[in-house]
Amino acid sequence: MAEFTLPKNSVLTEGKTFKAPAGATHIRRFEVYRWDPDSGENPRIDIYELDMDSCGPMVLDALLKIKNEIDSTLTFRRSCREGVCGSCAMTINGKNTLACTKAIDAYADTVKIYPLPHMEVIKDLVPDLSHFFAQYASIKPWIETQTPPPADSERLQSKEDRAKLDGLYDCIMCACCSTSCPSYWWNSERYLGPAVLLQAYRWLIDSRDESTGARLDELEDPFKLYRCHTIMNCTDTCPKGLNPAKAIAETKKLLVQRQQG
Amino acid sequence: MDYRSPLAKALGLGSAKAGTSHWWMQRVTAVALIPLSFWLITFLDLSLNAPYQQTIEWLISPLNTVCIVAWVLAVFYHSALGLQVVIEDYVAVESIKIISVWAVNLVFLFLALAALIAVFRILLIG
Repeated sequence: MAEFTLPKNSVLTEGKTFKAPAGATHIRRFEVYRWDPDSGENPRIDIYELDMDSCGPMVLDALLKIKNEIDSTLTFRRSCREGVCGSCAMTINGKNTLACTKAIDAYADTVKIYPLPHMEVIKDLVPDLSHFFAQYASIKPWIETQTPPPADSERLQSKEDRAKLDGLYDCIMCACCSTSCPSYWWNSERYLGPAVLLQAYRWLIDSRDESTGARLDELEDPFKLYRCHTIMNCTDTCPKGLNPAKAIAETKKLLVQRQQG
Repeated sequence: MDYRSPLAKALGLGSAKAGTSHWWMQRVTAVALIPLSFWLITFLDLSLNAPYQQTIEWLISPLNTVCIVAWVLAVFYHSALGLQVVIEDYVAVESIKIISVWAVNLVFLFLALAALIAVFRILLIG
């Protein structure tokens, strides 16, 4: 349901300020969303002033510096620090992206860091992605065949057919796109969202898959697929430069082709 | 406490196996309305600026009648399809959603019938 105001227990309050050490000359200011489920308090914005002369270049470096040196209670997900795991997806200055591949210098002034929008927060910058990954599992993101694999080789695919997977297999399921989509905000119980629909299309056009019709059957639904109104926030925000909106449009074209063609 | 697994919630009631015709017809009517709107603009211009008799004469020419009737059918069908999407987007309570969608459908059906009958009354009675 569309909700345009925050519930009372989600309204932000002012938090603590951590000043930069004396003598620091190159200071950047970070405002970070904090919420502790055990405290019973509303979320707050803590302000950290960091000495950039002893901090790495990326936003994730700043978060790690805060956690290591200033405030060990700060909670966030991170793993690969090079944009292939998708763990550190968060909203930085109003746009969903990966903290590990976003340079602090990409922002002129204060860096404001929030968890991914419109998701339940577990703690601080960690959103609950259970439903998101359950939706991913629901589209059966694996090859489905009836023909047994060749006895002495793998299932072959032409170079042209393999090229169709470029821009799709690269998706790391960081959830930046889905959580930037207003349709997903209002109807995520049923709408699959751009990330999962891009993954669904990845299997629809895989030349080795033999379940295309069944996959289209499962997607053909006013809510699962057709909540996409080509708002394009997904494509705009994708930190990997992919185009989920196009994958969804291609899926709609396949469905029309099946029905009208 | 809801003990259903996340996958059970994600799978929900499954696919409705519908939506493609709705999406496709919204686009077909949108494209059809581009040329048809020229007839509407002409008709509105005549209605506001020309004498009654001249407007009637324009309307009873076969091509103009067909295009105005086509515009009426396309525009109310397109409006009903579009408003249904808006309601589905923003109304979460299932009962209110279904009632709203069908109220919109019936209102537009009524308006389309009224417009068609008006055209045919003019054709037959003048």
